[in-house]
Amino acid sequence: MSEVAVEKVEIEKAPKEPLFSTKNKKLITDPLNENNPITIQVLGICSALAITVQVKQAVFMSLSVLVVLMAGNWIISALRNLIPNRIRIIVQLVVVATLVTLVDLALKAYVPDVSEKLSVFVGLIITNCIIMGRFEAFAMGNRKWPSVLDALGNGLGYAWILIAVAVVREVFGSGKFWGFQLIPDSWMMANGGFYMNNNLMILPPMALITVGVIIWIQRARNTNLIES
Amino acid sequence: MKFLENLVLKQIRPNFTEGGKFERYYSAYDALETFMFTPDHTTHSGAHIRDAIDLKRTMMMVILAMVPALLFGMWNVGHFHNLSNGLPSELWPNMLYGMAQVLPIVIVSYAAGLGIEFILAVKNKHAVQEGFLVSGMLIPLCMPADIPLWMVALATIFAVLIGKEVFGGTGMNIVNIALTARAFIFFAYPTKIAGEIWVSNPGTVDGYSGATALGDLAMTVGKAKDVPEVTNIVSQFSDGGMYSMYNSAMGFIPGSIGETSAVAILIGAAFLIWTGIGSWRIMSSMFVGGLTMAMLFNLWGANAFMELPPLHQLMVGGFMFGMVFMATDPVTAAQTNTGKLIYGFLCGFLGIMIRVFNPAYPEGIMLSILFMNVMAPMIDHYVVAANVKRREKRLKLKTA
Repeated sequence: MSEVAVEKVEIEKAPKEPLFSTKNKKLITDPLNENNPITIQVLGICSALAITVQVKQAVFMSLSVLVVLMAGNWIISALRNLIPNRIRIIVQLVVVATLVTLVDLALKAYVPDVSEKLSVFVGLIITNCIIMGRFEAFAMGNRKWPSVLDALGNGLGYAWILIAVAVVREVFGSGKFWGFQLIPDSWMMANGGFYMNNNLMILPPMALITVGVIIWIQRARNTNLIES
Repeated sequence: MKFLENLVLKQIRPNFTEGGKFERYYSAYDALETFMFTPDHTTHSGAHIRDAIDLKRTMMMVILAMVPALLFGMWNVGHFHNLSNGLPSELWPNMLYGMAQVLPIVIVSYAAGLGIEFILAVKNKHAVQEGFLVSGMLIPLCMPADIPLWMVALATIFAVLIGKEVFGGTGMNIVNIALTARAFIFFAYPTKIAGEIWVSNPGTVDGYSGATALGDLAMTVGKAKDVPEVTNIVSQFSDGGMYSMYNSAMGFIPGSIGETSAVAILIGAAFLIWTGIGSWRIMSSMFVGGLTMAMLFNLWGANAFMELPPLHQLMVGGFMFGMVFMATDPVTAAQTNTGKLIYGFLCGFLGIMIRVFNPAYPEGIMLSILFMNVMAPMIDHYVVAANVKRREKRLKLKTA
C-alpha cells in the first residue's frame, strides 16, 4: 500500500526539490538517534515493554507500526486541507483504525503464530502515541513526500529500539534468538551446568530498564541531549 | 608504622597527584590512602561541627554491628549442613564449613561492587565513595549459603549500577542497594533463592527439607486447618518443634545467612542505637507495625499462617534483619522524625501482609521495605507540609 503511495508522490514532487535533499534526509536520520520517538520523546513505550520478549514479535510489531505510520501519514497529508480542524482527531482515528485493521488481518492471514502472540497489541497500535503524534505534528502541516519520509524515519527509529531491547531480552531471558537455541542445554543448571536464564528479563520491568540503559548510553555519547 | 607512612606518602603518593605518572588513577589511590591513614583533608569554608565521625567510620560501625549476625550465620550454615548429612553438630566443624560457604560470597560481593565503584571513580574523576562498604556486607547476609557466586556478582553489579550510580552515586539512591541485589536474584533466578534450598548441600537425613519456616507456613494457605498436612506444619511451631519460639528467636532454623538469629541481630541493633547510627524510631515503629498486622491476622484467623502468634511471626523470616539493617538505611528511609515513625510502621505492617496474603512471596519484608523506600520522600513531604500548615495557623492566631 505504501509503495503505491510513494510512486504517486514522486511524480508530483520531483520538479521542485530533489527527492532526498538534505532537509528530507534529516527527516529520516533525526528520529533514528537525536529525536528518537522512544528514547527522546518517550512515546510508544507501552508496546516497547509489552512485546519485546522475543525478537520475532518485535520485528513484526515494528513492521506493522512502520506500515501503518507511513500509509497513515500519507493519507492524512493528502487530506490535510480537507479535514475540518474541529474533528481532525476523529478523522485521524478513523484512518489509523482502518489501517490497523488491515494490518491485523494481513498478519492473521500470513503469520498466524506471530499474530496470536501479538494479540491485542496490534489493535493497540491505534493508541500508539507515535502515530497520532506524527499525524498531528507533521502530516497535518506538510506535503505528502516529506510526510512519508518522516513516517519512515520515525518508524525505523521505533523499530531499532524495539529490536535492540528484544535481542537483549530474548538472548539473556530465554537463551534464544529468533526462536533458535543459543545456549546449549548442557550448560543449564538443571542439567548439571553452571548457567541459568535470567527470568527477570522476561518480566516487563527489565524492558523498562533496558530502554533506560539505551537512553543512558545515548546521552553519554551525545551531551547535547542532556537537559540543564 | 612510620616507615610505612613514609613509603606511601612520600614515595608512592607523588605518582598519583597532578603531574604524576598515574595521575588518572588518583581516585583509586585516594580511596586506599584514606582507608589506611587518617585523611589530612580539611573543610574549606563555613562554620561546621567538629566530630570524629565521617562516612567511613559510620560505615565501619554498621559493619561491626553485623558481625554477630555474620558469625552466627556461618555457624548456622554448618549446623544444618552437618545435621542433614548425619554428622554431629559441633562448634568448630560447623564454623569451618560455614566459613567455606560464606566467605566466598562476601569476597565476591565486595570485589564486584568495589570494582564498579573504582572504575566509575577513575572514569569520572571523583573520590571513591564509601557507600558500598555496608551494602557489600549486607548482600551476602541476605543470600542463601548455596547461591552460585556468579549470581551474587551479577546482582551486585546490577544493584550498584542501576540501583545507585544511575541516580548519582552514594547518598542519592532511592532504594536500598542490598535489597535491590536480593530482589534481582529473587526475580531473575527464583529457584536459587526460594523454595527448598535453605540447607547447604543437604544430605539424606529425614526432617531437613531445606524449606524455611515461612516456606512451610505458606503451604498452609488455602487449606483447611485440620488437614494432617497443615497440622504437621503447625506442630513444628509449638514447643519442641523445629520452628519453636525458642529456636526461631535463637536462630536454630534454616534461612538466609544473616537473618536466622533474632538474638544476634538484636545485639547489632543495640550497638547501632547506642552509637546513634541506626534510628530507634524506625526499628521500634517497624516492630510495632509488624506486631499490629500479625494481631489483626490473629483476629481474622482464616488459615494456619494467620493464626501464628504475633511475636513468633516476627521471629521467623527476614523481619528482624530487615528491621535492623535494611529499613534503617539513612539514605533511603524517611528523614523527618514523624516520617520515620510512619515509614517504619508501614514497613512492618505491609511486610507481614505481603508474606501472609501471597504465599509466592514469603519474603514480604524485602518487598515492603523496597516499596516504602520509594514512598519515603512522599511521607517526608507531607510531614513537612503539615508542619508548615500548623505553624501558619499558630501565627494567624497570634496576629488575629
